[in-house]
Amino acid sequence: MPDGAQAVLHVEGLKTVFKVRGGEVHAVNSVSFDIKPSELLGVVGESGSGKSVTMMSLLGLLPSPPAEVREGRVMFDGRDLLKCSPKELREVRGLGVGFIFQDPMTSLNPVFTIGFQLMEPLRRHLGMNKTEARKRAQELLELVNIPDAGQRLGDYPHQFSGGMRQRVMIAIALACDPKVLIADEPTTALDVTIQAQILELIRELRQKLGMAIVWITHDLGVIAGIADRVMVMYGGQIVEQAPVRELFAHPRHPYTRALLKTVPSVLGKRAAKLNVIEGQPPMLIETPASCPFRPRCVHAVERCARENPLRRPVGNGHDVACFRDFDASGAVT
Amino acid sequence: MFDHAPSQKTLVEVDGLKLYFPITAGLFRRRVGDVKAVDGVSFNIYQGETLGLVGESGCGKSTCGRALLRLYNVTDGSIRIGGVDIARLSADALRRMRPTMQMVFQDPQASLNPRMTVAGIIGEPLDEHTTLSRAEKLARIYELMDAVGLSRDFANRYPHAFSGGQRQRIGIARALALNPRFIVCDEPIAALDVSIQAQVVNLLEELQDRLGLTYLFISHDLSMVRHIADRVAVMYLGKIVELATREALYERPMHPYTQALLSAVPEPDPVHEASRRRIILTGDVPSPANPPQGCNFCTRCPKVMDICRRVEPASRELEPGRFVACHLYETATTAGATAAENGSGKTRLSTNNPTTQQGV
Repeated sequence: MPDGAQAVLHVEGLKTVFKVRGGEVHAVNSVSFDIKPSELLGVVGESGSGKSVTMMSLLGLLPSPPAEVREGRVMFDGRDLLKCSPKELREVRGLGVGFIFQDPMTSLNPVFTIGFQLMEPLRRHLGMNKTEARKRAQELLELVNIPDAGQRLGDYPHQFSGGMRQRVMIAIALACDPKVLIADEPTTALDVTIQAQILELIRELRQKLGMAIVWITHDLGVIAGIADRVMVMYGGQIVEQAPVRELFAHPRHPYTRALLKTVPSVLGKRAAKLNVIEGQPPMLIETPASCPFRPRCVHAVERCARENPLRRPVGNGHDVACFRDFDASGAVT
Repeated sequence: MFDHAPSQKTLVEVDGLKLYFPITAGLFRRRVGDVKAVDGVSFNIYQGETLGLVGESGCGKSTCGRALLRLYNVTDGSIRIGGVDIARLSADALRRMRPTMQMVFQDPQASLNPRMTVAGIIGEPLDEHTTLSRAEKLARIYELMDAVGLSRDFANRYPHAFSGGQRQRIGIARALALNPRFIVCDEPIAALDVSIQAQVVNLLEELQDRLGLTYLFISHDLSMVRHIADRVAVMYLGKIVELATREALYERPMHPYTQALLSAVPEPDPVHEASRRRIILTGDVPSPANPPQGCNFCTRCPKVMDICRRVEPASRELEPGRFVACHLYETATTAGATAAENGSGKTRLSTNNPTTQQGV
């Protein structure tokens, strides 16, 4: 995608490898994407598809060893984050890019109060004094709809429920008004009614604050509800990318198509039998030389085994990494 | 599945099941209160059907499933499986009942012994409950592995060599080993990937068709329950708030909690999502150690009335086979029943056993 000029975050050819006993795991392979200001980019994929690792590579959040970011460029604010010193990177984390982690139970420090954890980035990055930081922290808690915000600053994480803790995490990520917010499965550990509350909150916050958001999830339903644009990941690669309505209306990649069919719905007609994707996700022990979805793909041809398809545009801002073309009914053309 | 011809023979009858976990305090571990994990639950499961049990985490659905097989000693109430009240059985008699009822656990990683081979795991129930010779046992193990779609070559491998979906197949094969009639599936797909979930659900359905199994399918995934279950019970804070046939529940949820729960499920359809009207519940689930007075749902209910904070609603059969515990329908009972008769004629509803009593 060439229009990197207006993107807030531009990632090109990112490649992350984990060194494990007896070899390597190629978790992320040549991933490139852009995030534009105030857009919500959804990233879908199964566990092991590389979606979390991609985002954590951007900010140097992966422990090295075993992880190694081998290639790529991550342009943010006119500099390449992969070439930044640890000190510069610390400035970017929290101030430029906020991160919300999956599990609200383990990502807050149990021995510090919520207030302290909220004030930490404010004092560290924005140089606020205690009184200012406290005032801002209270505003932030109010922003994420926590009742009695002033009182609750003195509480410890265990005094909050799961949904409340995730709100606190969101407040911390938003503390320094970042340009980009990365949310790694923020609602996966929550119940559906609490998930609905958090999704509503995110919608509201987007209108108020207008930052760009990357939302990682495996739930296609969540993506359909909040995303502007969607990237589908499989086997450490982006296999399809499109605006949300376009993707759900005209999925091109056989994996996306199959995935949309396996998910049952609470509405509409109930299928007598669920469609399945046979087989297992790939192991990724080497750089893929063929299409990673080939062993499970019903449309695979001989070429798929020889080359790894590159993403190619198919119109309407839609691109797909597949050699084959499908029409609306799913037939090969 | 027995979608259109449900057998009306009741296999499992649960009446007023209560399971409290004591809260103890102080030096002498004095009992200071109870966590009311399951608080007076009644329902029936018919032979050959799948009853879905849904609810949020902490509502007591897993505890209820485990209590049904008496993996916990129940506080009060009766559980009849095939006419025998297992809530009061002695340990010895219970052990002889075990082959008829089995369980598939949530986490396939944690529920398989990492130091036993697949053949050892699947064969363990046979060691315990049968007197088969070694060769017969191996034949049965192979038969079970075929049934769940595992290659026989894997019999001597250890669980770590398998993926999540395959491990769940091992767990299912173990549950099937003794030809049970009733299987409790406790979130069997929650730990699996989306593309693998469908494989396991299809396997469970195939086995039900072939072997005439009866399932209690516990899940928080409402869309998967809609696929697999014939009837669905919705739990909230230790109580069943609504129990109905699948079609009725998903088309016209009656309890405000069921309505909110269904409206909160995200749909993989952006056009529909954009226009959707959602019921967003405020607040969190209260603690089961200290449930609110009156209706358990009164702290979050969007349609709360005065009476809800004082009187606990009884579960009443509003339409044949449809039980709702809510004050909203207290006056509208007769109207509701008439509406159902005029509505879409569902065989399940009209052939319901009139002596069945459910709910609190």
